[in-house]
Amino acid sequence: MTPEMLLNLSIVILLIPILDFAFLIFFGKKLGRASGFIGTSVLGIDLILALIVAFVRLTQYPNETMQQYKFDWINLGNTSVTLGIGIDNLTAIMLIVVTLISFLVHLFSMEYMREDSRFSRFYAYLGLFTFSMLGIVIANNFLNMFIFWELVGVSSYLLIGFWYEKDSAANAGKKAFIVNRIGDLGFLIGLMIIYSTYGTFIFEDVFGKIHAGILPFNSGFWLTLMGILVFGGAIGKSAQFPLHVWLPDAMEGPTPVSALIHAATMVAAGVYLTARVYPMFTADALLFIAYIGALTAFIAATIAITQVDFKRVLAYSTVSQLGYMVMGLGVGAFTSGFMHLVTHAWFKALLFLASGSVIHAMHHSMHKAHNHDMDPQDIRNMGGLRKTMPITYITFLFATIAISGIPFTSGFLSKDGILAGTLAFGELSGHWFIPIAGFGAAAITAFYMFRLTIIAFHGKPKTSIAEHTHENNGFITIPLIILAVLSLWFFYSMNPLNPDEGWFHQRTQAPQSAVPASLMWNFMNPEKEINANENINVSNNRLHTISNELNKTGIPAFLVTHTLVSQPKVETEFKETLHHAHVPAMILSLIVAISGIILSFVYYQFKVYDPDSIVNLYPWLYKGSFNKWFFDEIYQATFINGTIGLAKVGAWFDFNVIDGIVNFVAAIGRGLGHITGIFDFHIIDGLVNLSAKISGWLGTALRKPQSGTIQAYLVLTVLGLVVLILLFI
Amino acid sequence: MIPLIITLLLPLISSLLILFMNKENVKLIKYFTLISSLITFLISLFLLFNFNNTNPDIQYYINVTWVSSLDAGFRIGLDGMSLLLVMLITFISPIAILSSFDSIKTREKEYYFMILLLQFAMVGVFTALDTFLFYIFWELILIPMYFIIGIWGGKNRLYATVKFFIFTMVGSLFMLVAIIWLGNYVGNEILKTGFTTDYLKIKEVANLIPLNYQNWLFWAFAISFFIKVPLFPLHTWLPDAHTEAPTAGSVILAAILLKMGTYGLIRFNLEFFTSASIANASLISIFAVIGIIYGALVAAIQTDIKKLVAYSSVSHLGFVVLGIFSMTAIGIQGAIIQMVNHGLSTGMLFLLVGIIYERRHTREISEYGGIARIMPVYATFFAIAMFSSVGLPGLNGFVGEYLTLIGAFTSPILNSWGYAIAASTGVIFAAVYLLWMYQRVFFGTVDNPSNLNLKDLSKREWAFLVPIVIFIVWIGLHPSTFTNISENSTRKLVNKIENVKFGITPYPELLKNSNLKTNSNQINNNKIGK
Repeated sequence: MTPEMLLNLSIVILLIPILDFAFLIFFGKKLGRASGFIGTSVLGIDLILALIVAFVRLTQYPNETMQQYKFDWINLGNTSVTLGIGIDNLTAIMLIVVTLISFLVHLFSMEYMREDSRFSRFYAYLGLFTFSMLGIVIANNFLNMFIFWELVGVSSYLLIGFWYEKDSAANAGKKAFIVNRIGDLGFLIGLMIIYSTYGTFIFEDVFGKIHAGILPFNSGFWLTLMGILVFGGAIGKSAQFPLHVWLPDAMEGPTPVSALIHAATMVAAGVYLTARVYPMFTADALLFIAYIGALTAFIAATIAITQVDFKRVLAYSTVSQLGYMVMGLGVGAFTSGFMHLVTHAWFKALLFLASGSVIHAMHHSMHKAHNHDMDPQDIRNMGGLRKTMPITYITFLFATIAISGIPFTSGFLSKDGILAGTLAFGELSGHWFIPIAGFGAAAITAFYMFRLTIIAFHGKPKTSIAEHTHENNGFITIPLIILAVLSLWFFYSMNPLNPDEGWFHQRTQAPQSAVPASLMWNFMNPEKEINANENINVSNNRLHTISNELNKTGIPAFLVTHTLVSQPKVETEFKETLHHAHVPAMILSLIVAISGIILSFVYYQFKVYDPDSIVNLYPWLYKGSFNKWFFDEIYQATFINGTIGLAKVGAWFDFNVIDGIVNFVAAIGRGLGHITGIFDFHIIDGLVNLSAKISGWLGTALRKPQSGTIQAYLVLTVLGLVVLILLFI
Repeated sequence: MIPLIITLLLPLISSLLILFMNKENVKLIKYFTLISSLITFLISLFLLFNFNNTNPDIQYYINVTWVSSLDAGFRIGLDGMSLLLVMLITFISPIAILSSFDSIKTREKEYYFMILLLQFAMVGVFTALDTFLFYIFWELILIPMYFIIGIWGGKNRLYATVKFFIFTMVGSLFMLVAIIWLGNYVGNEILKTGFTTDYLKIKEVANLIPLNYQNWLFWAFAISFFIKVPLFPLHTWLPDAHTEAPTAGSVILAAILLKMGTYGLIRFNLEFFTSASIANASLISIFAVIGIIYGALVAAIQTDIKKLVAYSSVSHLGFVVLGIFSMTAIGIQGAIIQMVNHGLSTGMLFLLVGIIYERRHTREISEYGGIARIMPVYATFFAIAMFSSVGLPGLNGFVGEYLTLIGAFTSPILNSWGYAIAASTGVIFAAVYLLWMYQRVFFGTVDNPSNLNLKDLSKREWAFLVPIVIFIVWIGLHPSTFTNISENSTRKLVNKIENVKFGITPYPELLKNSNLKTNSNQINNNKIGK
C-alpha cells in the first residue's frame, strides 16, 4: 500500500463517524432501535479500516517519519495556517485503541441503553465523539489538535449531561467543560507563543526550528513555559492535579460513556498530546510534568481507598493511572508511559464496562423487586456477585490483576517500565519524591482494586437485590471477554517480564529531544556532537521578519519518528541507568503490589482486622480521603465564589457607578431644563406678560377719560386751557 | 456599480412604497417587505461575485457632485472590508424581518417602513466614502431605531430608547466637529484646494496633520465610535437598548449597528490618523481587554436571558477592538471576521430568545428549566448558537477570537503579550456564563407548569435559523472564503501603519500598482475602483 493510500484511508476513517453522527441526528428518531445497529456496524467498518492502516504502517513503514497530508486553512499576513493529518507509529496504535474501544462500547450500549428514550441521540453523540477523538489522534499539527481537542470536550459535555434531567448530570457536564477550558487556556496561550515564534503549527516544523535554536523571546525560560502551557491542556483533559476534580463527577454520564470517554480514550488524549509534542519539552518542563503526574497518581489513589460508589472508585483509579502515564513521560520513560496509555485503555475500559454490567444487573433486579430507592452503584449493597455474574467477575478479575501490575498481564509490562523509569530518574536527578510516590501509589492501587473486587463480588450478598442479579447477555459479555483477552501480555511482547524486545517497544521509541543541550537533562543528552547551527540568534522576534528569515535559511523539518531499535541507537546515561533499574524496579513493584493485595484480603476477605479500627485510629485521614481532600469545597470557596463575587461587583459597578453617572448627567440635564423652564415661564414669559399687563392696565386707565360725553370733554378742554395759561404766563 | 446603487436604494424605495399601502392590509406589507429585502440580498450577491479580491482598493466607486460649495459628494464604494459587512446587512435584514412576522402586532405599516429605512441607512454607513455623507447616514440610523425601540419595545422602552439616542448623539457631535475641522484643515492647509469631505482625498494626506491635532481628531472620532461599539465604560446604553428592543431590533442592533463603531475605527481612525492610532493603541487595548473580562463577568450573573446576551456583546466586541488596535494583518482580519461572527451568533441568540419570549412572555432564566425535553429542536439550535459564541473550534467564533488574539500577541505596536493573555481568559468566562444559563434554561426537570405545552420551532422559525447555522459552520470550517475577501484591503492598511511606525512595508506585493513612497508619509495616487 502506498503512503498516499494510507493517508486517504485515514481520512476515510476520520470521516466515517461524523457521517454516522449527521445521519443519526437527522434520521435517528425515525430509525429508533435500528440506529444502534447502524452505529455499531459503521464503527465495525471503521475498526476494520483502522486495523488495516495500523497493520500497514507498523509492518511496511515502521521506520518512516510521519506520513503527512497538509493543506492551507487561512492565509494570514505573510504566512498561512496549514492544517493536515499525519500517520506514524503512535497514530497507528492509537487508531486501533480508539476505534476498537468505541466499537465495543457501541456494541455494549445496544443492551445497556436499550430502554433509553433518546437511544438514537446517544449513538449520534458516540459518533461525534469518535470523530473528534480520531481527529486528535491523526493531527500533524498543534492547531488541528486543539480544534479536535475542543470538539472532544463538547462531545464529552453532551454525553456526561446525557441524562440532563438529573441536576447532578447537568452540573457535571458543565463542570467538565469549564474545568477543561481552564486547562485549554494554557494550551491556547501556548499555541499563541508557538505561532508568534515559529509561524507554523506543524509539529515537525516547530520542533525543527526549536532544534535550530530559535526560542520564544530568545529565552530558555519561555521554551519551558511554552511546554508547560501546552501541557496545561493535558492537565485539564487528562484530569491531572489540580484540575482532576471534573473526572469523578463525570461518572454521572451513562456507564458506556465512562468507559469510552472517561477511562480509555478522551482522558488519555492529554497523555497522547504530551507524547506527541515530547521533543519540545525542556528538562524543567519534564520535571514539572513528572511532579504533576506523581502527585496525581498518589493523591487520587489515596482518595480511591475509601469511596463506596463503584464507578467513583474506578474514576479515581483512572485519575491515578493517568498520573502514572504522565509521570512516566515526565521522567523520560516515554515508551512505557505511552504503552501504559494503551494497556490501561483496555483494562480500564473493561473495568468500567464490567461495572456497567453489574449496575445493569442490579437495576434489573431492583426493577423486578419494585425497589427504586436503593443506589445500584453503592458497593455496600452488592457482594456475592461472583456466583450470579461469573463472566463479569472473571473478566473484572483479569483487569484488576492487570491494573495491580502482576506479571503475565499487560499492566505489568507498562507499569513496571514506568516504575523503573522513576527509579532511574530519582537516582540521576535526585528527585526521589517521584519514585516514592510511584511505588506508593502502586501499593495503594493493588489494595483498593482488590478491596473493590472483594466487597462487590466476594462474600455473601449484602442485599436481596444483589442476590437476585443475573449475568447479562452477549452484547455485554462479549466486549468484556475481548477486553479481558487484550489485558494479557502476549499482545505486546512474548516475554512476560520484559517488553523491550516486543514489537510495541520496538516501534515506539522515544523521539529525540529538540531542545538545546543546555536545556536538556544532562543524562538524557545523547553523547554526540551538537549540531553546528545550534545558536542562530534572532534578535527581532517579530513574526513576519522571523518567517522571512526562516524561509531564507530553510531550516529542515525535525523528524519526529519512533524508529525500530535496529537504527543506530542513541545511548544516553538515562537509558543506561534505566536498564540497570529494571530488575530492582520489578522486584520492588511486585513486593508492593502483592503486599497491597494481601492487605486487602486480610481486611476485607478474611476480616482478620476490622477496617473501621483504622478509621477510628486516624479519623481525619479517613475523612480527608472520603471527602476527596476537600478539593471541591476549596475551589467552591475560592475560585467559584470569587468569580461570582467579582461578577456581582461588576454588575453593581455597572448599575450604580456607570449608569449612576449617566443618570446623574441626565438628571442635571433635566434639572437645567427645569430651571430654564422656570426662567422661561416666570421671568421671560413674566416680562412679556408684564409688559402686556402694563399696556392693558394703561389702556384701561386711559379708557376711562374717553367716555364719549361732550360735557366731560368740555370740562377737560377748559381745564387744559387753564393749565396752559398758567404755564405760559 | 449598478448593483451597489440598487443595494443601497432599493430598501429606501420600498420603504417609501409602503407609505402608500393600506395599513389594514398587513399581509401585503409583511410580504412586500420580506420580498424586497430578499431581492436586495440577491442583488448584493452580484457585488460579491464581481468583486476582485486581489485589488486592495475601493471598487464600484460612484462619485456624484452634491453640495459643491462643501465639496461634499455622493461618493460610495466598497473594499473587501465593507463588502463583508454590507453582505452581513443584506443577509440579516430578511431574517430580522421574517422573525417579526408574529411578534409585531401593532402598527405594522410603520414598523416595516422603519425597518426598511434602517436597512437603507445601514448600507449607507458602510458604503459612504465621503465624511459628510457618512455623517448623514450615521445620524439617519438613529431615527428608525429610536422609534423601533420606543414604539415596539418592552416595558422600560422609553428610558432605553432615549438613553440610546442621547448617548449616540453626544458621540456624533464630536465627530461632526472633527469632520468640519478635518475638511477645513485638509482642504485649505494641506491640499489648498478648498474645504473637502472626500474620503479618498483626506485619506491620502490626513496623516500629515501634526500629531497634536491628530490626537484631538482621533479622539473626537473615536469617542463616537466607542459609544457605538460599545467599549467599556461607554457601554451601559447597550443592555437597556437590547433588552427593551423588539427581537428584530435587538438582532439588527447587535448584528449591524455595533459594527458601525468598529468599522468606523478601521475606516477613519486607522486610515486617517495612523500616527495617533499607533500612539493610543495601548491605552485603547487596555479598555478592550477590561471590556472582554468585565462584560463576561457581568453577563454571568444576569437573571434576564436577553440582558445576558447583551453583556456578552460587550465582551465579544472587546475582542474586535483588541484586534483592530493590534494593527497587524492577522488582528484586523480577525476583527473583521469576528464582526461577522458576532453578527451571526449573537444575532441568532437574540432570535432564539425572541422565539421563547413570544411563547412565554418572560425572559427570566428562573422561569425556565427542562426546556430541552419540551423543545428539543429549539434546544439544539440554541446549543449551536451557544457553542458558536463560546468560541468552539469548528464553528465561526473560534476563528475570529483566535485571530484577534494572535494579532494582539504578535503585534509590534502593542509590543506586549500581556493583552492577549489577559484577553484569552475571556474564553473561560464565556463558557461559564453561557453554559450556566443553558443549564438553567434547558436542563433539569420541568418545574414550571406553564412550560409544559410550549411548541417547538415552527417552519418559519426553521427558515430563518437554518441559513445562520450554515454560515456559522461555513466560517468555522473554511474561513478562507471570507477572509480572502478582506485580505488585501487589510494588508494595504497594515502597509500604511507599519510604514508610519517602522518605515517598512510588510506586504510589498501590494505596491506594484501604486507609488507608495517608503521614505516619507504615504501619498498614494493609485487608481480608484474598476
